[in-house]
This record gives sequence, structure tokens and C-alpha cells, in this order.
Amino acid sequence: MSGFTNTLLSGDGPRSRVLTALLAVIVGVLALAPFLFDGAQAINTAAKICVFIVLAASYDLLLGYTGIVSFAHTMFFGIGAYGVGLAFHFWGPTWTAGLAGLGIALTAGLILALAIGFVSLRVKAIFYAMITLAVASAFAILAGQLSDFTGGEDGRSFRVPELLRPTTMLFQMPLTGMSVTGRIATYYLIALAAAAIFLGALRIVNSPFGRVLQAIRENEFRAGALGFDVVAYRTIGNCLAAAMAVLAGALYALWLRYVGPDTTLSFAIMLDILLMVVIGGMGTLYGSVIGATIFILAQSYLQKLMVIASSAFKGVPLLPDIFHPDRWLLWLGVLFVLSVYFFPTGLVGTLRARAALQKD
Amino acid sequence: MTTTVAPAAVDADKDDALKGAPRDWLPLLLVPALAVLAYPLVGNPSTWVTLTIAALAMGMMIFVIASGLTLVFGLMDVLNFGHGAFIAVGAYVAMTVLGTLQGWTQAPSLALNLAALGLATLAAMTATGALGWAFERVIVRPVYGRHLEQILVTTGGLIVAEQLIHVIWGGDQKPMPLPTALRGAITLGDINIEKFRLLAVLVGLVVFGVIALVLQRTKIGLLIRAGVENREMVEALGYRVRRLFVGVFVVGSALAGLGGTLWALYRETLTAAIGGDVIVLVFIVIIIGGLGSVGGCFIGSILVAMMANYTGYVAPKVALASNILLMVAILMWRPQGLYPVAKR
Repeated sequence: MSGFTNTLLSGDGPRSRVLTALLAVIVGVLALAPFLFDGAQAINTAAKICVFIVLAASYDLLLGYTGIVSFAHTMFFGIGAYGVGLAFHFWGPTWTAGLAGLGIALTAGLILALAIGFVSLRVKAIFYAMITLAVASAFAILAGQLSDFTGGEDGRSFRVPELLRPTTMLFQMPLTGMSVTGRIATYYLIALAAAAIFLGALRIVNSPFGRVLQAIRENEFRAGALGFDVVAYRTIGNCLAAAMAVLAGALYALWLRYVGPDTTLSFAIMLDILLMVVIGGMGTLYGSVIGATIFILAQSYLQKLMVIASSAFKGVPLLPDIFHPDRWLLWLGVLFVLSVYFFPTGLVGTLRARAALQKD
Repeated sequence: MTTTVAPAAVDADKDDALKGAPRDWLPLLLVPALAVLAYPLVGNPSTWVTLTIAALAMGMMIFVIASGLTLVFGLMDVLNFGHGAFIAVGAYVAMTVLGTLQGWTQAPSLALNLAALGLATLAAMTATGALGWAFERVIVRPVYGRHLEQILVTTGGLIVAEQLIHVIWGGDQKPMPLPTALRGAITLGDINIEKFRLLAVLVGLVVFGVIALVLQRTKIGLLIRAGVENREMVEALGYRVRRLFVGVFVVGSALAGLGGTLWALYRETLTAAIGGDVIVLVFIVIIIGGLGSVGGCFIGSILVAMMANYTGYVAPKVALASNILLMVAILMWRPQGLYPVAKR
């Protein structure tokens, strides 16, 4: 690995040839997505992958690196989305409004993360998981109820700044004659921001601070005995993850030009993130890239495969129902349970272990 | 292998327990205190009585669901995030049975209605008990002692179970009509008491009574309580805590099935996500009550249900948020819950 890439990746490369190839394909396709594919679905999927890579990475910071199970991660995602969305909605589609909304969302997210941390991070993982689940559901219901402000269950649509609107024509590509619209500009804004946040997270987990988090995960008592303030480190880790989730939410709102409880706050999304991180690999940020990509692709395209499978089993009892396209989550759920048992380090960990074996 | 404990030793234990642990009545006072505090906010006496009775009914249903969960946690340090799936499965099985017994449920006779309900509940409890047994075997057993994996795997089990409900019963919302004789309300002056709520209160009290009796007055109960206090010691005395635990897990799952049946009848509609709505309240309840404590769970259920009903009337938008505040307040008073049991 060259010196520059090494610095960019904070000395924590993929460490497996297969993984490197996979990541290269994902990054390459995401970088060129607007030019490779036609149609709205492909670019929607690509943007969603970018956002969920950040979200899954931030969750991995908690789950994989700090060993905390939180069910409130969508709450922070939602705070980011609502912060930007409501700012654009009420203050008009200007950059200042967006940035102010983001600032408010970040502050609110950090305060909430701190508060939850102080109340519950001293206690066991199970306690924390239960409390975050309760707080997150209360928050989701509250967001749905305060309809004058948040738009309730319907959510709020809003207009984005001029530069990012689909109707804005920026320029035409010299060779293909394809026109670059504000939509494509938005995509690149999201992709670049996602890349920057991801590299920042990689920097964090490979810093001395990140090492302490991992030490706490491995043996809380020993880390404490070495003089590290366990609660303080966990709280800071929690706040960092929350801030990243807020940013991811803001990016998602920018892409959808809409915020609502279903797209950002629902428990289903929380489960999606959990699946992405575990299937990709806990404790490796690359795992969230792989996990998010696989999951979103499955969400968008697995259903099409299942239509075929379902019709192939026509006439057999129950089987067509099991392969019904709406049941894609069933299969991912089974994969999830299996991967917790058999590949606790996920795809990335398994690939890395294999690469390490080959080296010996 | 089972060894009989010498009677003298048991007596000595009892004496010690009597001397060592005076009854802690303070948390019990919270229930009337909350009811009295809510009175001026509600304002109207008959509404207040109706709300309080509704809260008792809801509290009993939550208690039925939560008791198994808290015992399982106390005994084996396992928190089953998939508990919500048992609620839903119980409700669906009951719905199916009630559907086939329509002749009985639509007859105006209370006896026939109750018989149909009894059969449906029995079927629901059998199904969820069996499911619980399988769940323990397949999902939970490989991850004992590892909290992180437990949370993940039981959540995965929840996803799979919920999806399988969709496969078997379909994803649309189903009606869950009450049997004829249980519809409507009894009117006493200004006060309306829905008949089904009375039944729910009755069922909840019976469940609480039976659990309390078993725990306090039988040998199995003694072993369970001892296992909650100190599992290794019980094992060292030659009892198989594992087998005991499987039993508690199955009973806890069956209770979730019973609770799910009641809950679905209470709401009169049914979706696969029915467990998700109530499981949040259940978690709040077992945190408030103290993980592993049945008594705390009982009081916690009533408190949470009262809070939900009063705020649901006074300020409906913040109903669940008020319960979070209740939880925070109680944790500030007693950080381990009302009756701390499990010392983990």
C-alpha cells in the first residue's frame, strides 16, 4: 500500500485481497454511479448506500468498537434528518438555513446522547439496550404526534437550495452529451461527505482513543484498572457515534427532500442497521461498507429474484409464501442469526482471517 | 440427581430470611400516590375511576407478559429481546382458535364464551410454550453468558418470527372481536367499567397469585428464588438449574402467549407488530421493578399503566414520554429498580 493511501486509511487497510477487490468495486461503482446507470432507481440505491455506509459505520463505532448495544441510533439519524428538513421547510431553501438546522440537530443529538449516557452507561449492556429502546420509541411517537411542527406521520417535504434541485442544469458532459443536473450534484455532495465521514471514523478507531474503546470492550475491568475512565470514554464514544448518525440523517434528508418517521425513525430501520453491521462484520468499519451495500442491494433487488423463486414453487404449499418477495427480510434475519453464531466477525472478519492464514 | 435438603436447613433459611429482610412497603405506596396525584389533573371523579380501572386492567396484561421475562432474566441472566414475538404468536393462535369456535363466541351465553376463550388461551399458551422451548434450544442456548450476542441473536429471532407470522397468517391487520357476553360495559352510576377489563384484572390477579404461591410455597419456587440469588450455590447443592431454567423459559413464553391473547382482545385488532408496541412498556416495567423481581414487576406494571392512562387522557401526545420520565425518576430514587434482586 502506498504511503498516501496508508495515511488516508489511517494505517488500517482492508488486509485481504478479496476484500480489497470488493471495496474497490463498491467505491468505483459508487463514484461513477450517475454515469454508469440510467434511471432513478439505480441512483437512489447508490445514494442510499452512501448514507447507510455512514450510518452503519457510526453504529459499528458503538457496537463493534465499544461493545454497547443501542437501539436509539435511528433517533439520532432522525434528529439529523428532521433538523435539516425542518430548517429548509420553515426557513426556506438556503444554505444558511440548512447549516443552521444541521448545527441545531448536532447540538440536540449531542445533548441527548450525553443525557442517555449519564443515566445508563454505568450499567450493563442489557440495561442500556432496554433504556435506549424505550427512549427511541418515545421519541418516534413524539415526532409522529407533534404534527404542527414535524408534520406528524405524513412528515414534511421541502425544497433544497437552488444548486441541488433536479431542475437545475449545471452543464453537459462533453462526450456523451449527458446533462449534469442538480440531482447529480447532490449525489456527489452526499458521496463525498460520506467518504470524508467514513475516513474520519477510520481515523478515530485507529487513534489511541479508539484503542482505549476496544480495550474497554475486551475487558472493562482491566481497562478501568489501567486508569482509563470507562464511563467517560464510553460517553465520548457514544457522542461521536451520535454525531455521525446525525450527519448521516442530514445527508439522507438532503437526498430524499422529505423527512418522516418511516424513513428515519422507525424501529425497522434500527433492525436494518443492526443487520448491516453484523452481517458485514462488527468491529471493522469496512464491514459496514460491505454490510450496507449488500443489505441495500438486497432490499432493492433481492425481491426481484424472489419473484422468480416464488413463481417456481407455485403449487407447493407454504414455499411460495416463504419466497414471497415481501419476505426478503426473513432471509436476511436467518442470515443474521447464523452470522452471529458462525461468523461473529462477519464477512470482513472472515475474509481477513482467511487472508491471515494464507500469509502464514 | 436430586438431593433433599434437610428440613432443619430450610427452616433456618426461612428464619434468616424473616429476620434479614423486613418487608419493603415503600414502593407499594407509589401506586395510591400516583392515583391521588393524578386526581386533580383528571378533575372528574367518574372519569378518574374509569381511568384507574382501565389502568389496572392494562397493568395486569403488561404484568402477565413481563413476569416471565423478568424471571428468566433473574434466573439465568438472559434477556430475551424476542419476547415480543411470543406475544404476537399467542395472539394469532388465539385468533385462529376463536375463528373456528365462532358458534361459541357469538352465542349470548357467558359460559360458552368463556369456554371458547379458555380453549383459545390454552392453545395460545401451548403454542408459545412450545415455541419458547424451541427458541431456548436453538437461539438462546449457544450464547449463555454473552450479553452482546444474546441481544443480537434474540433480536434476530424476533425478526425471523415476525416474518414467519407474515408467511403463515398474512401481513394485513386482522380483527379480533370480543365474545358477545364480554362486549360492552357495566354501568355503576356515572362509572363505566368495560366487562373485558374486569376479566383482564381477574386473570392478572390469578396469575400473580399463582406465581407468588409457587415461588413462596413450593420447592420449585424455593429453588427458583435460590437460583436467582446465587445460581452456583444451587448447582453445587446438586440441583440442575439448567433444567429449571428451561422450565421457567417455557412458562414465561406461555405467559407471553396469554398476555398476547388478552392484549389483542383488548385492542380488538391484530398485526404482526403487536408485540413491538407492548414490549417497550414491558421493558420499562422490568427496569422499574428491578430486573428479576416479580413483585417489582407487578407494581411497575400498575404504575406504568396508570401513567399511560392518566397522561393518555390529560395530555395524549406525551403518553409514552411520561413513562420514560417515570422510569428516570424511579431509577434516580433506586438505581437498581424498586426491588433489586439480581446482583449483576
